[in-house]
Amino acid sequence: MIEQDLKDFQKITQKSLPTFEGLAQGHRACQGCGEVLALRQVMKAMGPDTIAVSATGCMEIITSSFPQSAWNIPWLHVAFENVAAVASGVEAGLKAQMRKGKLPEKKIFIVATAGDGGTADIGLQALSGALERGHNFVYVCLDNEAYMNTGIQRSSATPYGASTTTSPSGKHSIGQNTWKKDMPAIAVAHRIPYVATANPAYHLDLMNKIQKAKLINGPAYVHIYSSCPTGWRHEIDKAVEVSRMAVESRIFPLYEVIDGRYVLNRNVKKPISVADYFKPQRRFRHLRPDDIAHIQSRVDADWAALQQKVAGTNPAPPEPEAVSNKKEE
Amino acid sequence: MAKRVGMEVSLGVSEAVKVADVDVIAAYPITPQTHIVEHLAELVANGELDAEFIPVESEHSAMSSCVGSSATGARTYTATSSQGLALMHEILYIVPALRLPVVMTVANRALSGPINIWNDHSDIMSERDIGWIQTFAENGQEAFDLSVHAFRVAEDHSVLLPVIVNLDGFTLTHVVEPFEILDKAEVAKYLPPYKPLQRLDPEHPITMGAVGIPEVYTEAKKQYEDALVRSKSVVIQAWKEFGDLFGRYYHPVETYKTEGAETLLLTMGSVSETAMTAIDRMREAGKKVGLVRFRLWRPFPFEEFFEAVKGVKTLAVMDRAMSPGGPCGPVAAEVRAALYDQPTRPKVFSFVAGLGGRDVQVSDFEEIVSRAEKYAEKGAPATYDLIGVREI
Repeated sequence: MIEQDLKDFQKITQKSLPTFEGLAQGHRACQGCGEVLALRQVMKAMGPDTIAVSATGCMEIITSSFPQSAWNIPWLHVAFENVAAVASGVEAGLKAQMRKGKLPEKKIFIVATAGDGGTADIGLQALSGALERGHNFVYVCLDNEAYMNTGIQRSSATPYGASTTTSPSGKHSIGQNTWKKDMPAIAVAHRIPYVATANPAYHLDLMNKIQKAKLINGPAYVHIYSSCPTGWRHEIDKAVEVSRMAVESRIFPLYEVIDGRYVLNRNVKKPISVADYFKPQRRFRHLRPDDIAHIQSRVDADWAALQQKVAGTNPAPPEPEAVSNKKEE
Repeated sequence: MAKRVGMEVSLGVSEAVKVADVDVIAAYPITPQTHIVEHLAELVANGELDAEFIPVESEHSAMSSCVGSSATGARTYTATSSQGLALMHEILYIVPALRLPVVMTVANRALSGPINIWNDHSDIMSERDIGWIQTFAENGQEAFDLSVHAFRVAEDHSVLLPVIVNLDGFTLTHVVEPFEILDKAEVAKYLPPYKPLQRLDPEHPITMGAVGIPEVYTEAKKQYEDALVRSKSVVIQAWKEFGDLFGRYYHPVETYKTEGAETLLLTMGSVSETAMTAIDRMREAGKKVGLVRFRLWRPFPFEEFFEAVKGVKTLAVMDRAMSPGGPCGPVAAEVRAALYDQPTRPKVFSFVAGLGGRDVQVSDFEEIVSRAEKYAEKGAPATYDLIGVREI
């Protein structure tokens, strides 16, 4: 089925980068924003035959301050926690009208975007409903690991140890004291045909994943790492560098889950340390070496678990020769 | 051909939605709305209605899906009650702001707490300021007719606003009544296909739901408030055309035996029929009483209301919702505010009755009228009277 859906898939390469811009320049994002970079790449890959639906958040306010709009494609914003439900309605509306001959039969792609708060916290129910019902749309979580639009408050996607305005580090606090919610795993649990992680520092990988997500029939979930110089307190020219380090440190692995089968897109054989990744980001500045070691062990364990999922969901290599089991007498 | 049926009123509403040929229904079950959406799901499953039925995971998502659907130009419907309406609250304001002609039935039910599934108007009275057109049905026939009318008004290009048709939970939704249902061909004469002025279309990209900064927010609010106020003439015209085609006429304010009346009862919804029986009895006993009912609640029908109460001495308003700590019941408060600047006006007394399914009987209306007449002479002892409450 998925092979059939992907028959029109043409790999985007550096030479064939789409010139189309669904999101125009001149928006009001902060300098050096990694999220808007990711959003631009998403919309390039979605192409012009797309309806975009945004949750309330940074990307919504920076692109749509009336009477200006940065959107070159039809765009709808309703509220914060409901973007997946709105997209469900868009999909159903088009489907019904095309079937009834009220609209010409034409492939129109639907993409819903939300931040990590709009996805992992307040929007989780609407997202789960839409994934479970099987609407044909692409859901993109632009994860900058806190509520940045309202001033850097922690979300359930904030990493352990990060200092935010509602999980501040202090004499009695390490900062965020819970581990980041594994949203891609939650999406996978809905048994949808396509789940992927992506990162704008790996722009071709990101755009090809979005292309697959839109072509595959059914719901697709793409979780995109989105650095935030304002909230993470890194230099404004470091978004791509920090994003790359997230992958190189195995903190944000790039993988796909195609019909339940895990594919590791970048097998980081010689990772940089968590300490190296934390260094340019002042949100982690307060962490002590033993805190960092603790986080490193968790990252190592998560990487091993991901490897296990890859091994466990791919055809096993040929059975080795049977060896005799020596039973204890 | 129109046909006379004996049918549960909820199913009648579903039949109206069917003959209106909706494209999308997004709904979440809540008592006492359930029979409406169950029947619609069945009509879709049987192929009697060609529509997408989205079985959403909450009412919040129901209304959100309706926004998405309507924004593509699809004729869109939902129904809810009580807690479900309250859960939609946030999104309800956004629908008229985006000028989307969604139609919704609200099977009126009490709000928690304590939790109570039975009928009153506390759900809808919490939603007066959402910017939707709102009508009230009193019986099965009206529930059917007002549902068809709702689409016609909502989609009129000079309106483009969502419409709520209110009908009392259980006392209407779950009773079998004789009424006439119209077929698709008849309704097609009255309700043309929806032609959106704007919709989400990659050929003609538009931005919907943009940020309204302080410099534009007030103007945006004023634009759709103006549209809501202007919609009254379309509401009335559409009722007139409905009457001309199908023989049943409706008005923003309905009156019953108001000729020469000195005291009027004011009600909304299905209790009005009980109130009429009470009026008949009191008239027979020589009392100069009549009944006035709001069929149109938003936009508030000022002129029609003033006309209906002209020359009346006493107005007894029966609310089916409380405004705790406020001046009186919500309908009474609005009526008083509307009348305040009138050169002559009746004395208005507020009565709250029929909360959470408490039965309202003919004798209750007689009690209300006699208290109102007494208060008109001697003054009211309280901001409002709670009818039938047991002292504990």
